[in-house]
Amino acid sequence: MSTLIAMLLVLATLFMLGGIARKVRQYHATPAPLKIPVTPAPKSTGGVVLRLAKEVVLFAALFRASKWTWLFGWLFHVSLAVAFIRHLRYIIDPDGPFGFMMPVIGLWIVQLAGQYAAFGMLIGLGGLLARRFLVARVRYISAPSDYLMLLLIMAIAFSGFLMSFVPGFSVDIVAVKVFMLGILTFNLQELPEGTALLAHLLLVALLGFILPISKLLHIPGVFYAPTRNQVDNPREKRHIVDWAKPLDEIREDYPELVASREPKKEA
Amino acid sequence: MADYDVPEVKEYAVVPLPKDGVMNHLSPFVAKPEFQEAMGYVGKKVHDDPKKMPEYVLIDGWKEKALDKMGDLLGRYRSLQVFMDSCVKCGACTDKCHYFLGTQDAKNMPVARQDLLRSVYRRYFTFAGKYFPKLVGAKDLTEDVVQDWYSYFHQCSECRRCAVFCPYGIDTAEVTMAAREILAHIGRGQKYANEIIGKVFTIGNNLGLPEKALANVLEGLEEDVEYDIEVEVKFPLDEKGKDILLVTPSADFFAEPHIDGLIGYAKVFHQTNTSWTLSSIASEAGNFGLFIGSYENMQRISMRIREAALQLGVKRIVYGECGHAWRVGYSFLNTLAGPFDFLDQNYPIPQHICEFTLDKLEKGELTIDKSRNDDKTVTFHDSCNVARGSGMGTEPGGQFTIPRAVIKAVCNNYVDMEKDTIHDVTFCCGGGGGLLTDDLMELRVKGILPRATALINAKEEHGVTHMAAICAICKSQFTKVLPYYGFAMDQIVSVHQLVSDAIVLEGQVDPED
Repeated sequence: MSTLIAMLLVLATLFMLGGIARKVRQYHATPAPLKIPVTPAPKSTGGVVLRLAKEVVLFAALFRASKWTWLFGWLFHVSLAVAFIRHLRYIIDPDGPFGFMMPVIGLWIVQLAGQYAAFGMLIGLGGLLARRFLVARVRYISAPSDYLMLLLIMAIAFSGFLMSFVPGFSVDIVAVKVFMLGILTFNLQELPEGTALLAHLLLVALLGFILPISKLLHIPGVFYAPTRNQVDNPREKRHIVDWAKPLDEIREDYPELVASREPKKEA
Repeated sequence: MADYDVPEVKEYAVVPLPKDGVMNHLSPFVAKPEFQEAMGYVGKKVHDDPKKMPEYVLIDGWKEKALDKMGDLLGRYRSLQVFMDSCVKCGACTDKCHYFLGTQDAKNMPVARQDLLRSVYRRYFTFAGKYFPKLVGAKDLTEDVVQDWYSYFHQCSECRRCAVFCPYGIDTAEVTMAAREILAHIGRGQKYANEIIGKVFTIGNNLGLPEKALANVLEGLEEDVEYDIEVEVKFPLDEKGKDILLVTPSADFFAEPHIDGLIGYAKVFHQTNTSWTLSSIASEAGNFGLFIGSYENMQRISMRIREAALQLGVKRIVYGECGHAWRVGYSFLNTLAGPFDFLDQNYPIPQHICEFTLDKLEKGELTIDKSRNDDKTVTFHDSCNVARGSGMGTEPGGQFTIPRAVIKAVCNNYVDMEKDTIHDVTFCCGGGGGLLTDDLMELRVKGILPRATALINAKEEHGVTHMAAICAICKSQFTKVLPYYGFAMDQIVSVHQLVSDAIVLEGQVDPED
């Protein structure tokens, strides 16, 4: 059983990282032939970094769009980030290269916040799910996968909540860490018992498989939107992509331009 | 005449409940195959019988060709590829589109409009859509889908308001442009946009005004202005060796209130002793290549401006009042037709007429009598392509402050409309993006609703009498459609019409009222 779970986690991780890398490479390789930042836009690279940071960290555009969606969406994502940081302790070897992070991750406040983040995630996701049902406009645009994705992450958060807060489901977290580090060092160890733990890991693996083939691609996508990541300097700087260069070669020769160069006949 | 109702204006903008397909009866006329072919597209006629209505069908093998084109565009435009993947269906955009607010049609919600294309992208280009289509909302490409594309991608004015609010920066305009490009490659070009582009290539401007007619119009204008104020204000055409080439939308040459704006530019040039000329080759600032998402056509149209600048030997290029022209001019001209190393590098290339005029106002080179506009209380409509697709001056947001500064310098009474309807969240006039055509009148009447609501509120709360704009499409749409909401055509003004009314030229003799 331990071996099976370990293999599944490894596969899911590789699939997720490989899938995202493939997508990032595709986004990177696809040219953006025209300057299309939504203006007003920053005039410098530093400004663009700030603009993207405001979107990624604060969800600035969403805040302008819909306060409720922002509230639930932001709460969920921040809680997810806090929970993620807490989980790093399971894969960081205190004596390994990332060991220097342990004093921070191991702080009781970080660990406690990571546990309570389950509530933030559940409230956030619950709000987003309710919105999908209750707001007619959002209901109209929702596909089954949109509901299932929320339920999947809610199930992950809920299984985590059970382990942290409900005594019957608690697990030997020291053993979990031994198991995880075992995977990373190719020295497989026994996974401790626990229904919630098993569900938690299986669902996380499933999420890993879904991520790069779903709308969760908004994770790399948010950085690659030309509408937000371009500097507003088109009058100052010419911007031409490879596929447009052949058009540059022939652009003087359009028939109407050639005709305009003929001396005019006097009427 | 109309078999639809003009929407009721409420005190506040109301977000309606979505109704599926209430606008699916509306599509623009299809472009004739001849026009399609002249632009490098395709078309197919059912019959050649002149007595019957023409019918144009999709070309043979349309499905493969459409998917090939989609793949081609996904590989050439990062925006399209990223936007197809990123959407999480959060709903932030669902209440932001003026066409949704005005028509209630669910498919006019930006995300739903994008999904018409995205569902096909998922079906043919993604793992999840190939193997679990129902789960992820992927759809087969059928003729019904193509019909929905043709209908709803011509109910988007590419105004980018939705993109302001999208957490991932997804711009429906990019999706609409891609969809129109795909449609044009399978025999579904839009008559209005494509025939206009044809006129630019064969005649020189969107309105099909030939060189001689243009010369006559300008001569007539000189006479009119001289008759009015007894000053010889010139409107030069194709004069070599001048400093400035002015490119302006061809509507400026004969439609009201556009032409009053043109008179305004000429007066500003006159009083500042600026040497300038218009060009018969570049007698059109507008560039409908943008609307159909065609880089190739947009470049070919832009090249006319480079050609005119070279042939006339000017030092600078200035753009007249035109929204999408300014987007292409500001954001793309350098890329499409640059580098402009033969022009004077001390000025922005190109420069907007508002940038030019404000500079002259600030230097005190214009004699202005603001009281001449005291009969008006003016507000300003931010045109979508200027507001969200371009800039002015050196600071972000100059496109909002500079035109307002020009207006305030020539008018004593100015007020803004409600703040969620101006600046970067301005509402489209309802006729942009290649939709300013009579076959889409119902859409135009309904799509103007949010702007009309804000204007009516400004009128009631602040006594606004006139709305100024710096876009030929906005001005045309407003003068035609705002009368449905109780406004008179002459309540829409050009910004440079206000300048023209307030400027006092040397030796000017005012007509007696």
